[in-house]
Amino acid sequence: MIVAEQKPLAAITSMMEGCRKVLAVGCGTCVTVCFAGSAREVGILASSLRMASRVDGEPLAVEETTVQRQCEDEYLEPLAEGLDDYDAILSLGCGIGVQSLADRYPDKRVLPALNTTFMGRPTEQGVWEERCQACGSCVLDKTAGICPVTRCAKSLFNGPCGGTQDGKCEVDPSIPCAWQMIWERSAKLGLMDRLMEVEPVKDWSTSRDGGLRRIVRDDLRMPDAEGE
Amino acid sequence: MDGAISETRKTRSNLEGVLAQGHFAVTAELGPPKSHDMAQVREKIELLKGHVDAANITDNQTGIVRLSSIAAGIAMVQEGLEPVIQMTCRDRNRLAMQSDLLGAAGHGITNVLCLSGDHQSFGNHQGAKNVHDIDSMQLLRMIKDMRDENHFQCGEEIPGGGPRLFIGAAANPFADPVDLRHFRLAKKIAAGADFVQTQLIFDMPLFHDYMKRVVDMGLHERVAILAGVGPLKSAGMARYMRDRVPGMTVADEYIERMAGAVADIAKEDKPARQEAWRAEGIRICVEQIEQVREIEGVAGVHIMAIEWEAVVGPIVEAAGLEPRPVL
Repeated sequence: MIVAEQKPLAAITSMMEGCRKVLAVGCGTCVTVCFAGSAREVGILASSLRMASRVDGEPLAVEETTVQRQCEDEYLEPLAEGLDDYDAILSLGCGIGVQSLADRYPDKRVLPALNTTFMGRPTEQGVWEERCQACGSCVLDKTAGICPVTRCAKSLFNGPCGGTQDGKCEVDPSIPCAWQMIWERSAKLGLMDRLMEVEPVKDWSTSRDGGLRRIVRDDLRMPDAEGE
Repeated sequence: MDGAISETRKTRSNLEGVLAQGHFAVTAELGPPKSHDMAQVREKIELLKGHVDAANITDNQTGIVRLSSIAAGIAMVQEGLEPVIQMTCRDRNRLAMQSDLLGAAGHGITNVLCLSGDHQSFGNHQGAKNVHDIDSMQLLRMIKDMRDENHFQCGEEIPGGGPRLFIGAAANPFADPVDLRHFRLAKKIAAGADFVQTQLIFDMPLFHDYMKRVVDMGLHERVAILAGVGPLKSAGMARYMRDRVPGMTVADEYIERMAGAVADIAKEDKPARQEAWRAEGIRICVEQIEQVREIEGVAGVHIMAIEWEAVVGPIVEAAGLEPRPVL
């Protein structure tokens, strides 16, 4: 899932300067699962903003709504009604949600209430950890199911570096060394031979480095779109 | 390019020549300043010249911006001290690396040491984006391909042939997983390493274990291994290295010796304590050089006297390694 966390309240209020009425929009998918942008967090943030505005002496009206998925247009349609009344939309979606709203409502200011942090998973109650950087060319078959691009602080392909101590990363002793895990898991699975080969230089053009990425699936496109 | 290279030699590197002739090689480290003051570089060159076969110049070590390794290396070529330019994968992508390697070789630099690079979170620009387009293993392979296959990483031919660089790698026998570190050395050799400089050794039994595994695999016959040593400056420094430097182990023996060196000196007498510490640090370093010389597979020493280049000459002399061979 996409994991996000709320920006500090002061950062949110400062970006809303000049707004008298905003629509706070939650998202019912990833950010709901990671407790950052569900209807509940929308409610708490909206109350906090109203209170803060009263303290500041500049009353702010905050209406609340939550859509199933901010990243898909069909769920954004119902927001059109009455949107003229708002100075801005405050999105509690991920960066994709914010931009989907901006695409759909080009005349409206859209503000991010969250910092989109990573693609990951909950590893224990209240803890989420990054697992994928969407490099566009998965190598997990070669690395015993542990991603070196994401989980090694230096994204090494032939690790570990010389900074591993007690199985932990030099950057933070609470982070396990990805390459130590890869070696240990490979040994367990009888795949050590693979690690003796020098992994060649990666082609990063499938990553962000290749420019905006897009997938076109002709088998899924509408008949009238194919001729574009 | 500039002059012929003998058939068995890959480069014009003095370090390569010294090793090829079977001499016990000596390299040291030259830390460039945090300024553009070339006079400081030249002072350090004078301190090391004649005492070592080549000297490494660190590349933004610990993620702290310093005068460029290659720029300092050019000055060394001019002054007659052979440079080993260090190159990390943290700050440059493959374009910048190859461009810099061409420039370095063009200025007469003949040795390069390939490193991952300390993480930027240790340095003075913690908000920096790290590059890591390629890793140190891939950097070794890239430079080897440039030199031996005359092509860039992309496969395009290098007009006039690739840069003739003697290729170095770092090895840390003390980082986890210690039982697998010799495999990593084997990989670095396969990738293209001609010589290896190890992390500072402050755990001699562990280094012995590592070298035994290396010799059992015959790796010492395929790469020149320079054992990393360096003088401790104080008991505090020894403890700091043990507790704070990732991937370093320091045996209690050394900490106790350093502490013992000032046992009879009053805490207030700082100059006397410093002098006693430094003398003990030098003694330990010279003993360590003598110890590693006895270990099968060790082809030389790499002396890392951090911000203490003046001590390198006396250490080399005390270890009986002077004069250095003139090829």
